[in-house]
Amino acid sequence: MFEELKFLNVGTPLFRDELEKQRVSCAHVDWKPAAGGDIRLIEALDRLADRPEVEAANREAADRIKRSQAVWIGMDLALRAVPGMTPKTILHAGPPIAYEQMCGPMQGAVQGALLYEGLAEDAAGADRLARSGEITFSPCHEHGCVGPMAGIVSPSMPVHIVENRTFGNRSYSTVNEGLGKVLRFGANSQEVLDRLRYIKEEFFPVMRSVVELAGGVDLKNLTAQGLSMGDECHNRNKATTALLLRDLLPFFMEADFPAEVRNKAMLFLRGNEHYYLNLSMAACKCTLDAAHGVPNSTIVTTMARNGVEFGIRVSGMPVDCWFTGPAQRVEGLLFPGFQEEDAALDLGDSAITETCGIGGFAMAAAPAIVQFVGGCVEDAFRYSRQMYEITETESGSFFLPPLDFRGSATGIDLRKVVEAGILPVINTGIAHREAGVGQIGAGIVHPPMACFEKALLAFS
Amino acid sequence: MAELLLCQKDAYYDSVTLMTLSNKLKKLEGVSNAVVSMGTPMNKELLQNIGLLQGELEEAGPNDLLIAIEAETEERCRAVHEEMERLLCEKKGGGTQQAAVYRTISEAKNALPDLNLAVISVKGEFAAREAREALKRDMHVMLFSDNVTVAQELELKSMAHEKGLLVMGPDCGTAILGGAGLCFANAVRRGGVGLVAASGTGLQEVCVLVDRLGQGVSQAIGTGGRDLSAEIGGIMMLDGLRLLEEDPETRVIVLISKPPVREVAEKILAKVSACTKPVVVCFISGTPDLLKGTKAVYAASLEDAAFQAAALMEGKTAAPAAGTAFPIDGEAMAAAAAGLKPEQKYIRGLYCGGTLAAEAVAECGKALSEVFSNVSKKPEQHLDDPMRSRGNCVIDLGDDVFTVGRPHPMIEPELRCGRIIQEAEDPETAVILMDFELGYGSNADPAGVTIGAVQKARQRSAAQGRDVVFIGYIQGTQGDFQDIEKQRRTLEENGVLTAQSNLHAVSMALRILAEKGAGGHV
Repeated sequence: MFEELKFLNVGTPLFRDELEKQRVSCAHVDWKPAAGGDIRLIEALDRLADRPEVEAANREAADRIKRSQAVWIGMDLALRAVPGMTPKTILHAGPPIAYEQMCGPMQGAVQGALLYEGLAEDAAGADRLARSGEITFSPCHEHGCVGPMAGIVSPSMPVHIVENRTFGNRSYSTVNEGLGKVLRFGANSQEVLDRLRYIKEEFFPVMRSVVELAGGVDLKNLTAQGLSMGDECHNRNKATTALLLRDLLPFFMEADFPAEVRNKAMLFLRGNEHYYLNLSMAACKCTLDAAHGVPNSTIVTTMARNGVEFGIRVSGMPVDCWFTGPAQRVEGLLFPGFQEEDAALDLGDSAITETCGIGGFAMAAAPAIVQFVGGCVEDAFRYSRQMYEITETESGSFFLPPLDFRGSATGIDLRKVVEAGILPVINTGIAHREAGVGQIGAGIVHPPMACFEKALLAFS
Repeated sequence: MAELLLCQKDAYYDSVTLMTLSNKLKKLEGVSNAVVSMGTPMNKELLQNIGLLQGELEEAGPNDLLIAIEAETEERCRAVHEEMERLLCEKKGGGTQQAAVYRTISEAKNALPDLNLAVISVKGEFAAREAREALKRDMHVMLFSDNVTVAQELELKSMAHEKGLLVMGPDCGTAILGGAGLCFANAVRRGGVGLVAASGTGLQEVCVLVDRLGQGVSQAIGTGGRDLSAEIGGIMMLDGLRLLEEDPETRVIVLISKPPVREVAEKILAKVSACTKPVVVCFISGTPDLLKGTKAVYAASLEDAAFQAAALMEGKTAAPAAGTAFPIDGEAMAAAAAGLKPEQKYIRGLYCGGTLAAEAVAECGKALSEVFSNVSKKPEQHLDDPMRSRGNCVIDLGDDVFTVGRPHPMIEPELRCGRIIQEAEDPETAVILMDFELGYGSNADPAGVTIGAVQKARQRSAAQGRDVVFIGYIQGTQGDFQDIEKQRRTLEENGVLTAQSNLHAVSMALRILAEKGAGGHV
């Protein structure tokens, strides 16, 4: 045994250096105490360590994630499709929040949605209505929905319907409006409302028909292909949007609409390289909803932000049980003309992609956008690799070509997050903190550790 | 304020590269704004918002590169533009690999599944957790950390024993495995002597002396000082013994420990008797009758253990020697004694190495009626105030009272310098005894760090009309990176008498006292 020793140094680097003086190689752990040295958390971790029922539950939850098969099957208006939707309900991104507490972009988007619904005449009137108590605000996530940025879903918005072919549950997401002045960044000008009306009046009927003609679109398959073409399906959706358009092209041509109408719809899809984002998110949502509710499971099934708080939900906990911490500042690159002070805090349901093992977890697959994370490809590899330390398993469908086609890290185990002190990495856009300015950059962000710590303590 | 606005036709760069570039340029001195982007409608709108969409930029298409720089002077603008060109053409590193650093044991093990020994030196209260994790991942553990409880030690060692793994420690400072010295180890030649020791500097002492006697070390396994307690029951000493018996490199085995409790001693000696290789047993300051009726080869001291092992390697046996085997220069000792004033009666040992200090206490105790120490086992000889010596006195400077908030004196021997001067100023001090540990982990120049204090101590005592005798033992080998010859010269050129072993050093000190008629009888 003494000839085949391979050393790992854990603690003071002095001992690693002394081995290197002897030309003996030695890996090094830049050690920090588990759970930040917090004895309460360490005891909680120890109570949850090596418990067969927890291990089995986590295997089950992770297995459900892996077996889920998300398929985009159709479109409908939110009022008809989304469970619990009423004519006076507005869904928003992230954990529950009152209108008064919402960040600027989310309030702006709520006002825009009320204008769009015809419930108010102008922004001031919409603001009054939102404060009146007449409107029910509820998190998207509690209605099978997900929305990027402000994530506003109102009753007469069309939604994509995504079905989990394996488990039968469904999820919903709105149509991505494109970049610039759009509702999800809090813009609510006439231009924004006109686009929303176009989406409802013209785009939605065409798209519904196209998807039905296509017999549905297998989103799991599309995401898997996108990962081998440089998308991570959160901050980069170029390849998947192009693939989607290619796959749907014959059905656009077949759809029974005036050429002008269907051409315009086709061009709308073509003009937005983030169209696929909302589908990617819905696919992740119906995948993770299937993994929710496994008793004793510490697998995270939701990560979402409302611009004020970051919230997570955990498989073994009730559906309406959120563990929250303050939303963080996004580190990244800003578009020309914007300063760090302009940025809103972390916002949106799009972290559902990371929860599902893509997005930041699949950063290694998306070298074209690595500069958001520090500039070199090795950083992206490191992020993707590090995520294996906090997950239960590896995807059997989403492969990362630069990591020798290793399956992406899947099924965040909150115990591992707290123990290792490694937070999930999330790729995200940066919104202007004032309503309506739009996206001002992109970068990476981590959840606050508090979410995971609270969940751990509640669990143990 | 000057502006530079340019449009390069059909020059495509991806947007992220350009955003990174813009941000870099904006940070240059004298630049108030810098935008490099493709001429998409959105980018043009952004330029318009900051008033830079002018001239040819207005006509640019989505495949054209827009360059807009706003800086203090035109010259600055041009310089920034040049910098932009340079950055755009810059060659990248191309995925250079850096030495791997991980956050957790699990992450490291997943990346490098071959890892099979973890050296753990984290804060004591967290050490057991990390050790458990390493064992779970089938790694041997060298646990340098202290403040691990007996219960944790028992749990870890039982778990390791089940899995056929080693837990060396807690509070284990030395091991040499497969030729690699871990933590505090000397560069000894490789050879046939395998050691298991429940003591750090004791293990180093035997390794160094084996090397000096022309033999070499196969493996040196530390077990931590409590391994042979009744609670732990010698789990790792027994497993270490078994591994050495199986190890083809090892021909002679040496066990080192304080005398253990009887039932543990019996268990170990039974295994020793059954061992197919000769086993030298050194129960530090234990008596030969402990080994009666067993096949163990008795060693009277650490030094003797090295001599016994070296003899066995040569196929001989040596009679156990109670005293040092290294010659003592009687004339020099007499000369040193002659220079002492009548009131200079005492030995003051100032030790960095814990086991060496304990050995000094024991050896002095055999010759002198009283030896005080901060680590004395005899309550009546325990120093009430470790900062103040009395009588014949040995100080272990690695004791917690000296090291709170600072490195161990083997790493930072400065810790001892003030005490050297303090002892020299004491009119009753005759001999100051010091150890100097070489080897990996130890200070790069322990004699050099100390010698200034020795010089100053001499001046102080000379000013008071006295000479103090200094004796130094350098625990090291020719291979140690500190250069043992240079260390010796530094000491000898400053009148420090140097010794061949710790026992030799203590014996020299006792001889001086005996020459003076102050009670030594060596």
